[in-house]
Amino acid sequence: MNQVQNFTKGFIKENPVFVLVLGMCPTLGVTTSAINGLGMGLATTFVLVMSNIVVSMVKNFIPDKVRIPSFIVIIASFVTVVELLMQAYTPALFESLGIFIPLIVVNCIVLGRAEAFASKNTVWSSLIDGLGMGLGFAFALTLLGSVREILGSGAFFGINLVKGDTMLVFVLAPGAFLALGYLIAIMNKMTKTS
Amino acid sequence: MEYFVIVISAVFVSNIVLTQFLGICPFIGVSGKLSTAVGMGAAVMFVITLATMVTWVLQYYLLNPFGLVFMQTIVFILIIATLVQMVEIILKKVSPALYQALGVYLPLITTNCAVLGVAILTIQKDFNLLEGVVFAISNAVGFTLAIALFSGIREHLDLMEVPKGMRGVPIALIVAGILALSFMGFTGLV
Amino acid sequence: MAAKTESNFKNMVLALFLVTGIAALALGGVYVLTKEPIAIAKQKKLEAAIKAVLPEFDTITISKAFDPDGDSLTFYRAEKEGKPIGVAVETYTNKGFGGTIDVMVGFSEDGTITNTSVLSLKETPGLGDKLQKSKSNFSDQFIGKNPANFKLLVKKDGGDVDAITAATISSRAFCDALQRAFDTYEKNKEK
Repeated sequence: MNQVQNFTKGFIKENPVFVLVLGMCPTLGVTTSAINGLGMGLATTFVLVMSNIVVSMVKNFIPDKVRIPSFIVIIASFVTVVELLMQAYTPALFESLGIFIPLIVVNCIVLGRAEAFASKNTVWSSLIDGLGMGLGFAFALTLLGSVREILGSGAFFGINLVKGDTMLVFVLAPGAFLALGYLIAIMNKMTKTS
Repeated sequence: MEYFVIVISAVFVSNIVLTQFLGICPFIGVSGKLSTAVGMGAAVMFVITLATMVTWVLQYYLLNPFGLVFMQTIVFILIIATLVQMVEIILKKVSPALYQALGVYLPLITTNCAVLGVAILTIQKDFNLLEGVVFAISNAVGFTLAIALFSGIREHLDLMEVPKGMRGVPIALIVAGILALSFMGFTGLV
Repeated sequence: MAAKTESNFKNMVLALFLVTGIAALALGGVYVLTKEPIAIAKQKKLEAAIKAVLPEFDTITISKAFDPDGDSLTFYRAEKEGKPIGVAVETYTNKGFGGTIDVMVGFSEDGTITNTSVLSLKETPGLGDKLQKSKSNFSDQFIGKNPANFKLLVKKDGGDVDAITAATISSRAFCDALQRAFDTYEKNKEK
């Protein structure tokens, strides 16, 4: 496939959240607002792109039997870098995302792309793949975050839209499941009829 | 009394899957067979408890004293990966049937956010080693409870007529949402 | 394309060792680089929390004091132009509906509450989270009151505090936090 397809597949056709159903934990856990979803999506994209690049660069030097542990160390390093950078420069976002930042290391998307793509493709392709998948993930999280924020808090990116009561359940645990379930169902319907 | 609070909190009030959103991937993918779900829960319980114990010791005797706290993510995940490898080897010898039934989900316990999540939470909550172990086991019980409940519902769901767009993941999420809603009733229990 | 490295023992150990070693070094570097910005961010957050409850100050002295339960609370004594202008006490309560609530309370020299600020809570959104200034003005009723003659109990329990409707437990917990801070403050006045 050409690089344009490589990049765009992460958005709709192979969207990690809506189609591949990967990375569920942060998707449900941090999307109480649009900005949280976006922040997590971008942090994950950074880790995804960097680890894809490094894995692709060292793929021939790492013996097959230790590739998974090696990939994990590489990914965990970039996750720690993101942790430290966010703690220093975006402390408010760091606190909102909480435990889900170190949990990027077990986000199936990151290890999945390293194993399925970066270990078998060129550095440039891996970079584009990481970027596309990461931004697709960010798109999904921001979308879910927006839906939950608008319905649950009556706000969008922190800007208040609604006066009075809102459907509080959407910023609570059950609402995450419900909102995502319906979103995927709608996406399914839309992609089937197109 | 303190331990009672930890247990009730971890199993019901702040259930790891339905409230904390950790361990979702195996939760959604769990089969409709109750026995496999419970087997998965048991394997996860073993890994979580061992992992929490080992990571606790490493945190307080290696990372903290030597100012290496920033290595936490790497060290913890390596411990977990190693433990899962060990569980695979042991399970293959001790119970080949369960090993086959769990299939690819066994190595995936490494990427189960619940395992790393509980290890990190134990440190964040300043538990001592015994409290940490109780916390870990309780969370694993909560996890098993959630997937067992879900698997039981799935058994019935597979016999129902679900609208086409909803089949598979969407309906699973909606059911999870209703389960989460019911667990909200436990708030304020402790 | 170069052939893949063979999976013999020496190569496996070497590869893992190198990868982990390089990772540790690189991380150590990033850690050192971000140490200061992180410390600055933490300091800013603390100053903002104190500013929210005390009038203008130029220096802060930090000390710890023991509360009735034996836990320690952090005291931030503020001075402006050499004169003490109040103490910000970082207090907590475990009686919240959802668990621990951390509160910063400002006391002027005679024990009057200057202001309060919720630092962290796990209360129910839409109900207990109204303890926060951004969600309701429940906490305004404590400003200017001295716990020596303003009973820190909800009206239901015979006190002077107007509880949040349908969030009595959260309101009670908030009072517990303030009471703890006041008791500890009174006990340590000379320090």
